[in-house]
Amino acid sequence: MKTVINNYIREEMFPNIWCPGCGNGIVLGAIIRAIDDLKWDKNKIAMISGIGCSSRITGYVDFCTMNTTHGRALPFATGIKMANPNMKVVVVMGDGDCSAIGGNHFIHAARRNIDLTAIIINNMIYGMTGGQYSPLTPTKKFGTTAPYGNIDQSFDLVKLAKAAGASYVARGTVYHVRQLTSLIKKALNKKGFSVVEIISDCPISYGKMNKMRTVVDMLKWIKDMSVSKKAWEDLSPEEKKEKFVIGEFLDIDRPDYTELYSKVMEEAQKMGVSR
Amino acid sequence: MKENKLIEIYQNDSVKISVRKEWCKACGICIEFCPKDVLAADEQGKPIPININECIKCSLCELRCPDFAITVEGGE
Repeated sequence: MKTVINNYIREEMFPNIWCPGCGNGIVLGAIIRAIDDLKWDKNKIAMISGIGCSSRITGYVDFCTMNTTHGRALPFATGIKMANPNMKVVVVMGDGDCSAIGGNHFIHAARRNIDLTAIIINNMIYGMTGGQYSPLTPTKKFGTTAPYGNIDQSFDLVKLAKAAGASYVARGTVYHVRQLTSLIKKALNKKGFSVVEIISDCPISYGKMNKMRTVVDMLKWIKDMSVSKKAWEDLSPEEKKEKFVIGEFLDIDRPDYTELYSKVMEEAQKMGVSR
Repeated sequence: MKENKLIEIYQNDSVKISVRKEWCKACGICIEFCPKDVLAADEQGKPIPININECIKCSLCELRCPDFAITVEGGE
């Protein structure tokens, strides 16, 4: 049973450490299939992750990988991209890693429009540490630190990334795998800061607190809650509160940071020391 | 030849479904979301293709498997 997956993983590390049915594995498969479609050299790809369940992803792939500190995957990735602009840099983060601890790095990476691909696996909870609510936990949903329901409003990462200046923004789910692979492929190919938010399942931490104890329940919930962009427009504001809109939201061309920086270097070298 | 022992292969004339039981964690995604109900759970909850002749080779089980434990060969 050799598939494309086997060409890109560190097989000796399997079976992976994630809980049965964890969406991280589905996302890993989608990323690998997208990269295989693009026929990229795996030695030219750097995959960076922070801390959390999702960050274990870098341990399983046979690219240049780095598991960094909490929330700081984007700064490390920025450094790698600046030092070697020919490298394809992919950053995989969880919802807490990206929007809470690394929230500032996220908006500034988008503002700079540095040529990175940020893949955010949003399971709506801090799974590894025991189910505390994160900035992406929807209102009224439960966490171990929100036993009466979460009162905060969650971030809309798509709107956040758009407002901060990203070049490509999309949202997919682990249920809609074929769409997910094509969204990731487009994001990887995009010059500039590209963001794919992926609605994922966590039956152990999130599902347990929200009456979805099995993986199948969680995936059915994701399926029911996801609506396409077209169907979204027909929904009433009440209906929109519970649902996720999926698809592509932004695809623009804007000069990326490495390009602008190399121009600055050229100009500075022309001026020379006589200045 | 260790690898061959750990992979169970089920096939008919047009399709070959392989299940890598050592990697499978019996989450049940492949069984539940198969559009043709090809798969059923064994005593451990891991998939067995009971209706292999119904398989339309959509590969959704393979794409959704978080553990890369099931593959469908024979499609395009």
